[in-house]
Amino acid sequence: MADPIVVAEGLHKSFGDTHALRGLDLSVPRGTVCGVLGPNGAGKTTAVRILATLSDPDAGHARIAGYDVVREAGQVRARIGLAGQHAAVDEKLTGRGNLRMFGRLSHLSRREAHRRADELLERFGLMDAAERQVTGYSGGMRRRLDLITSLILRPEVLFLDEPTTGLDPRSRSEIWDHVRELVADGTTVLLTTQYLDEADQLADDIAVVDHGQVIATGTPDELKATIGDRLDVVLEDPATLRPAATVLKALAGTDPTTTGADRLSVALPAGGLRLAGIVRELDRAGVAAADVRLRRPTLDEVFLRLTDRKELVR
Amino acid sequence: MTGLAPPLDRLRWTVTDGLTLVGRELGRLRHDPGELVAALIFPAVMVVLFGYVFGSAIQVPDGGDYREYLMPGLFAMVSFSALLGVMTRTAADASRGVMDRFRSMPMARSAVPFGQTGADLLTGLLMLAIMVGAGLLVGWQPHRGLIPAAQAFLLMVVLRYALSWVGVYVGLVVKNDQVADAMVPLGLPFTMLSNAFVPTGGMPGWLRFLADWNPVSALTAASRELFGNPGAPSGDVAWPLAHAVAAVLLWSAALLVIFVPLSLRAYQRRGR
Repeated sequence: MADPIVVAEGLHKSFGDTHALRGLDLSVPRGTVCGVLGPNGAGKTTAVRILATLSDPDAGHARIAGYDVVREAGQVRARIGLAGQHAAVDEKLTGRGNLRMFGRLSHLSRREAHRRADELLERFGLMDAAERQVTGYSGGMRRRLDLITSLILRPEVLFLDEPTTGLDPRSRSEIWDHVRELVADGTTVLLTTQYLDEADQLADDIAVVDHGQVIATGTPDELKATIGDRLDVVLEDPATLRPAATVLKALAGTDPTTTGADRLSVALPAGGLRLAGIVRELDRAGVAAADVRLRRPTLDEVFLRLTDRKELVR
Repeated sequence: MTGLAPPLDRLRWTVTDGLTLVGRELGRLRHDPGELVAALIFPAVMVVLFGYVFGSAIQVPDGGDYREYLMPGLFAMVSFSALLGVMTRTAADASRGVMDRFRSMPMARSAVPFGQTGADLLTGLLMLAIMVGAGLLVGWQPHRGLIPAAQAFLLMVVLRYALSWVGVYVGLVVKNDQVADAMVPLGLPFTMLSNAFVPTGGMPGWLRFLADWNPVSALTAASRELFGNPGAPSGDVAWPLAHAVAAVLLWSAALLVIFVPLSLRAYQRRGR
């Protein structure tokens, strides 16, 4: 964390009786992607709104590039871009009209605003739709226009609040490609998402947020390592499910989950056990395994474990 | 770009940004003239409906042509529509995240409400011009000369501008375009509860009180007076009708004094 460009310390925010944030801390190094991951209502959007100067914290403080988001909001606004869950563009205007307007409002000269609009349309593949009203855009196109509108001033920090929620897989991966390009250019990205694969794909570091606090941070691999490997077992005979479960519990120290009539899954303690030993133990209990597999946990499993939700049963 | 601009710069940017937002409304109008047409169809329908259908059975108090009586009321009605138009546009911006984008940009903070009301003024002038054309077509005309007529139009513009600030405030408070859209039909009874279509003299006391003090009534009465159209109040009438021009100016001043600061504060408030 040599040079954090986004720093939040002890952010608190309540709306009436709802405590959206309870002491949220965050630190994002320059030029990286920080994925803020959390279930609905965890406080992700509230945190982004405070960092983007749209909302003031009740307590705590935050700085962007060294500028306080409350006292030096003007300096912050000149350095950030925000693209949200809604495509915040004027639907009655054309794509080009929107970019020109927001360019002018960003205090570019008329010529510069026009040039920048076309540059962005070209680069992000919207040139063909430039003269069409946004009303006629697809969901993915709108989101892309929203994204590039936030890039007019080449922001140092880009906030993406659930940028792909509700998009089809193809539009999602297009947005992901764009985000990767921006990061390659040196933009710092703070991304909130409830899609774990999105965080896995894009984020250098992940902050897992629940109940208004960061409950874990690390790279996707570090987070996966914290809960150890998973062991999946498929049995030859479903009748041996119970003895198999007993063996696995003795080995892993936790209750395995039944993931099918003939299959079990269990989290292994960090440090792990050897596959051969596991098979031997099952054999000794008279359980014949059709398949035994050790694997890294998915980010979903890490997330569910961390946020203490009930385990997913497929 | 700008961060902490000195006061003069800030004023310049407020004007520049405001003009950009005026340009935005004109751009919308260009791409979607239907909005203007829809806003005009209604008063045009009123000209026909009241001028020819109901008007045939309505007696103008001191005689005179009903359509001459009606047009100042319709001008006032069109002026009042500023409140509804600005309210729905503001609420739409607030609910669709456009307002958040404005707020997160390094732009002049008061430019948004000033731009929105300024843009409405331009569209308002256009609508008024079209309504005047419609009035001339059905036989309405100003009788007291150019200066009083110009004064009447000026009053319409002033009150329209003041009402558009009420629209900004309501739109910012409502924040939900569906709620705002649902409130639009309430504009009709509000404008009709006035002297725009019928004299207030025949209404029951409490209703008459409301109608007499409706700013739409003051504007209608002032216009009738300045255009020399029939129905100018005489005798024992409520204060805003007897001093209609002053009443319109007072209404406008009061609305601006209350709603400009309220709107600016509501726009700048950061909380949610």
